[in-house]
Parts: sequence; structure tokens; C-alpha cells
Amino acid sequence: MTTTDFTLSAIEGNGEIGALTPGQIFRQRMFGHTGFLIGAGLILLIALVAIFAPVLAPHDPFAQSLSSRMLPPVWIEGGTWDHILGTDQNGRDYLSRLIYGTRVSITIGLGAATVGLLIGVTLGVIAGYFGGWIDHGISFLLTAQLALPGLLLAMALVFIIGPSIWVVIGIVGVLHWTYYLVVTRAATQRIRSLDFVAAAAASGASSRQIIWHEILPNLLSAIIVIFTFELGIAILAESSLSFLGVGIQPPTPSWGLMIAEGKQAMFYRPWLVILPGICLFLLVIGANLMGDGLRDITSPEGRNE
Amino acid sequence: MLRYIALRGLLALLVAFTVSLAAFLLLNVAADPAQAIAGEDATPDVVEAIRARYGLDRPLSVRYFDWLGGVLQGDFGESYYWHKPVAALVADRADETITLAFSALAVTIVIAIPLGALAALNPNSWIDRFALGVAVSAQAVPNFWLGLIMIILFAVMIPIFPVSGDDTWKHFVLPAFVLGASSVPAVMRLTRTGLIEVMGADYIRTARSKGFRGWQLLRRHALRNAILPVISVLAVQLGQKFGGSVITESIFAINGLGRLALESILGADIPTVQMLIFVFAIVFVAMNLLADILNAALDPRIRIG
Repeated sequence: MTTTDFTLSAIEGNGEIGALTPGQIFRQRMFGHTGFLIGAGLILLIALVAIFAPVLAPHDPFAQSLSSRMLPPVWIEGGTWDHILGTDQNGRDYLSRLIYGTRVSITIGLGAATVGLLIGVTLGVIAGYFGGWIDHGISFLLTAQLALPGLLLAMALVFIIGPSIWVVIGIVGVLHWTYYLVVTRAATQRIRSLDFVAAAAASGASSRQIIWHEILPNLLSAIIVIFTFELGIAILAESSLSFLGVGIQPPTPSWGLMIAEGKQAMFYRPWLVILPGICLFLLVIGANLMGDGLRDITSPEGRNE
Repeated sequence: MLRYIALRGLLALLVAFTVSLAAFLLLNVAADPAQAIAGEDATPDVVEAIRARYGLDRPLSVRYFDWLGGVLQGDFGESYYWHKPVAALVADRADETITLAFSALAVTIVIAIPLGALAALNPNSWIDRFALGVAVSAQAVPNFWLGLIMIILFAVMIPIFPVSGDDTWKHFVLPAFVLGASSVPAVMRLTRTGLIEVMGADYIRTARSKGFRGWQLLRRHALRNAILPVISVLAVQLGQKFGGSVITESIFAINGLGRLALESILGADIPTVQMLIFVFAIVFVAMNLLADILNAALDPRIRIG
């Protein structure tokens, strides 16, 4: 099915059959998609900041200094070049904390989106492939999960179990698998009725082999698209939890927690709240634009849905 | 039709009780609730005393059916923290959250539907791009951060609205905007896609050929059909507003259910948390049921299929 699509677009695009390989078409679409380029650029930039945080950060993000508390950023009266974005209530360099904050957000985003992927894709493929009462059971589970007040339950669980980065990853992941399930279930149902699956079954392949070798490879692009969106959703969920005090705990530099800490002083020093929020916004909008772009690139029919 | 509603209603009830069971299991199995109530530094005999006092030493199944039996008689147990019946506590605070949820929905409608309609009538124009920009940004903004920014802008820098509290209608403007903004992307996109689809239909061409133009065409022919799916999504969004009230209420110090949820979690008040999860799930399920019924009532094709 995918091959026909690519061939068709090759005809439309060039007037010659087979002038472009699928890979070339993919690249052409990718570099012609402004939203994707902006999103991927943002994600790449923030990932690089996270990887090279120790090199980029001008100060130790944990080093406190009582003599230089609450310094403003350099462009506001009283700011110094030594602390370009100022310092927080404990005299810690704000820029360095923001830089290290990328690591927290990205780790939790990747971790939770992976946990959700494992649960959602497993259930989705099983429901779509086997159908019948298994499908009904899993669909009921989906309805129940959607009715759960996610943030509230996540807050309660993190509080009871005790907050740590792994607990936050696990809980945010366990509560965010429905999107994977809905999409992979429908796609599996569609693929299952195609000829090549029947051919594999006729040549004696077991259900397991069919799922691993025929179905999952065809779900890959859809899964990657959802993963990108879920990355943004998980990062927002972590920041909300940390903001409310039931997520990442001090002194770890999490952007949501930094906003909560800056909140006390926000009437006089609004940058303490504004700066981490902008970081969160850029990271999440990057993930969303990249997800939108990937969806358009891999399936142009599905645009604007 | 009645049969359809009864069947759906039964399923909704089943979902609500599944959710309560899931929440109960998660809250009691994930960690030791007695330890959470006692606090981290409590000695083992304090923990044991608490376990005995709240009946947490009984088997899980006994406790669940005990809780369920109470719920069926309208008794949700007594709050560990406020030492009052939980049901009275919740009833006391429900007003604020209902006001907030409905005003948030009004904000969503006022922003999302006109914007989506304008975008659909002028595809690929600047207004379409602007609407898309609004949707993409609203999806990436952390809700709690938007709330703080609104306070800084419209309560401190330009003091039009109060910073926090819930005494007058003025107190609800900023919270309603913040909570309503989170539903704008979904409702706007749906209005836009729905209207574009309807505008391409044959009967619109007929209406056009009969001389209908602009606003009249929209009001008398297009909007009516495009709005059907939007209405059911609005019902679903209203259901989510209750669970979403946790963040908004804690930022603006509104004494509603969301704030009660945060307070009871931080106070390890499990009966209150348990009831709030149940209530939020019931509201969500009821709103979905309403959406299903509205859909079926407005579109007879669904009832048959």
C-alpha cells in the first residue's frame, strides 16, 4: 500500500514514473514542510543543550550563594553578566538551572512516552488482531481509562508512593496509553484484512510471527507520530505535577518546580516564572510541530484531521 | 431510542464502578496508605495504630465492598483530615467548581467556534493561519503557567481583575479563561474541519445557486450541520473541566473541588481522594453519555448502526 502511494506521488510530482525513490520523496516532503523543520529544529537544539549541559552551563546548578540571591537578568537594572538570567531565591544561577532542566524534561518525556507505548501498542495490536471478546474487553478498559481523572490520580499516586523521577515516569506512562491503543487497534484491523497477511497465514506463519513480521513494521510510522505527541503531553504532565509539589522534588532543577518556587516572588520578579515557562512552551511546541509534520509526511491524506 | 439510552446508561454506570475499583486498588496496593497517613518519619507502632484505627488492617476486598456498600447509600466515609463526612465536604465545595466549569466552557465556545468558522470560510488565508497558530500554541502552553502569566498581566500590571479568591463574578474571569483555553484547540479544529466538509456538500452548492451568500448561507444551511459533532465534543470537554479544575483552582485560590483534591492528597486523606475520583469519573461518564444521546437524537443513522 505504501509503495503505491509513493509511486503515485512520483507521477504527480515529476510526470515520470519512478523518477524518485521512496527515500528521496520522503526527504523532499520533509524539507518542504516548514512546521516539521521548526519543530525538529527546536527538539534537536534542546536535545543538544541537554547532552552538553555540563559544558554549556556557566555555573553549578546546585551551588547556593547567600550573597547573590534573587539577582535580576542582565537586561534589568542590577543584573550582571556573571549571571545572565539572574539567580533564584537560593542564589543559584538561573541559566544553569534552566539548562539542566532540559535533562529532567527530556528524560521524563522519553521514559513516560515509552511506557505508554509498550502498554498501548500491545493492547492495540492484540485487540485489533484477535477481535471478538478480547477486543470488547480491551475497548472497555479504554473507556474506563478515559474516564479516570488522570492528573488527580497521578498526584495521589506520586504522593503515596513517594516522589522520584522513576515513579513520575512510571505513573505518567501508565496513565497515557489510550492514544497508542486507539490508533494501533484501527490500523491492525485494517492491515489484518490485507492480502499479504492472508498469504503469510496460508504459508503457515503463526499469529506471533504475523504480528511481529507483518503487522508491527507497518504500524511503525504511526507509532512514531504518536510517540512524538506523547512526548509533549508527558512533559506537560510532569511539569504540572512538579508545580503542584507532587512531582520532581527540590533541589532537582525541573522547570515546573522552578515555576512553583518562583511563584512566591512573581509580583516583583516575574522572570522567575516567565523564563521556565518559555522553555516548557518551546519544548512542547517543538514536539507538537514535529508530530504534525511527521504525520503529514508519512500520510499526506491525513492532513488537518 | 429508549433502549439505546438504557443500554448506554448501563455501560456508563459499569465504567464508573470500574474506575472506582481501579482507583481503590491503585491507591491501596501501590503503597501502604497507613504509612502515607502517618508520614515518612513515623515509628512502626504509630503506623500500626493508624492501620487499626482506620480499619486498614482488614482485607482489600472487604474494604472495597464496605466502601461500595456505603456509596450505594450515599455514604462516602469520613474524612481523615477534616473529620467530617466526605459527602458533605464535597457538596459544600461543588458550587464553585460547577460555576468555573460552565464559565470555562462559555470561554471555549466564544473563542473556538467563531475562529474555527472564520478559518473554514477562508482556507489558507491569514485568518486560517492565525487560527492554526492559536491552536498549536494553546496546546503547548502549560496551563498553570498561563494562569500565572494572566495574574501578572491582568491582576498586577493592569489591575482589572482580582489576583485570587471566589467572591464575585470578577474572580472567575481569569480562571475561566485559563481553563477554557485548554479546550480551544480541539473545538476549533473540529469546527473548521466540519464546516469545510459541509461547505463542499451538494446541498450547499444548491443553496448557493439559489442565491444564498455569506452569513445567510452559513446560518441557514452550513453551520447547523457542522455544529452537530461540535456539540458532543463540548459535552466531553465539559466533563474534563471538572478533573482539570485542580490546577486552575489551586492557582486562583478558588475553594472548589479541585482545590479540595489537592488539599486532601497532601493530607493523605484517602476517603476524600477516593470520592473525588469517583465524582469526576461520574461527571465525565455522564457527559459522554449526554454526547452519545445528543448524537443519536440529532443523527438517526447512529441509532441503527
